[in-house]
Amino acid sequence: MNRPEREAAVRRIMDQAPPPVPPELHAEVVRRGARMLRRRRAARRVMWSLLFAASVAFIVWAVLARPWVEPPSQTTPPLTDW
Amino acid sequence: MGQRHASQDARRAREFKAFVAGAAGRLLHAATLLTAEAPDDNPRARRLLTLALAHTYACWDGLHGEDPYDRTRQYLATRFARGAWHQYGGLAGARPRPASPLAGLAPQERLVLVLRLYEGVAEEQTAALLGLPTERVHTICDRATATLLHPPRGPAPAVGGAKMAPS
Repeated sequence: MNRPEREAAVRRIMDQAPPPVPPELHAEVVRRGARMLRRRRAARRVMWSLLFAASVAFIVWAVLARPWVEPPSQTTPPLTDW
Repeated sequence: MGQRHASQDARRAREFKAFVAGAAGRLLHAATLLTAEAPDDNPRARRLLTLALAHTYACWDGLHGEDPYDRTRQYLATRFARGAWHQYGGLAGARPRPASPLAGLAPQERLVLVLRLYEGVAEEQTAALLGLPTERVHTICDRATATLLHPPRGPAPAVGGAKMAPS
């Protein structure tokens, strides 16, 4: 028995007795798919709002703390005894 | 604007319904072969198919011309590969069910056989999908074919040895 014949025989074995499709399949699929979509959308919304809140917090902190301004030096000893 | 959205949604739902009506039978058959369940008692295959189709429904808008059948089949196969690893520990011949013609094969052998011969996916694509070398897919397919056509004698074939030996 050569390869195509063997493959054909296996195909014949596998093609027997197709299972009946349950009638409620489409409704169930749509229900699950819609839930998946809803969750995905909610997760995206949460992510964007977190990102937005983090950037607002950063801007507020930067404006208040002004990290780019050089702090006054505190290492020079006080000038006494001139 | 809202009206356009509604009509778009309706078109989408119609398209998806047509897709399910056309593809569900063949995919359910493939899933039942994968799980090696009887055709009229296949809860695992139904669950697998429902999850795969729901996944396709969720990314229906992002397909961009890709074949939804292809996408569903891919998801089905990878999901089964992952699940088989967890549930059966990758052991060959766990819980044989004489009702299915592929009951005597290991989950991976069933997966390769169904993708290659039932679905007609090319060897390279099967290998890429399963993350295996092409030669390995070739070997598994040959071995599974041999096992299916000439079931081994010994302790194992007590479940389904006699009923399929047409060759």
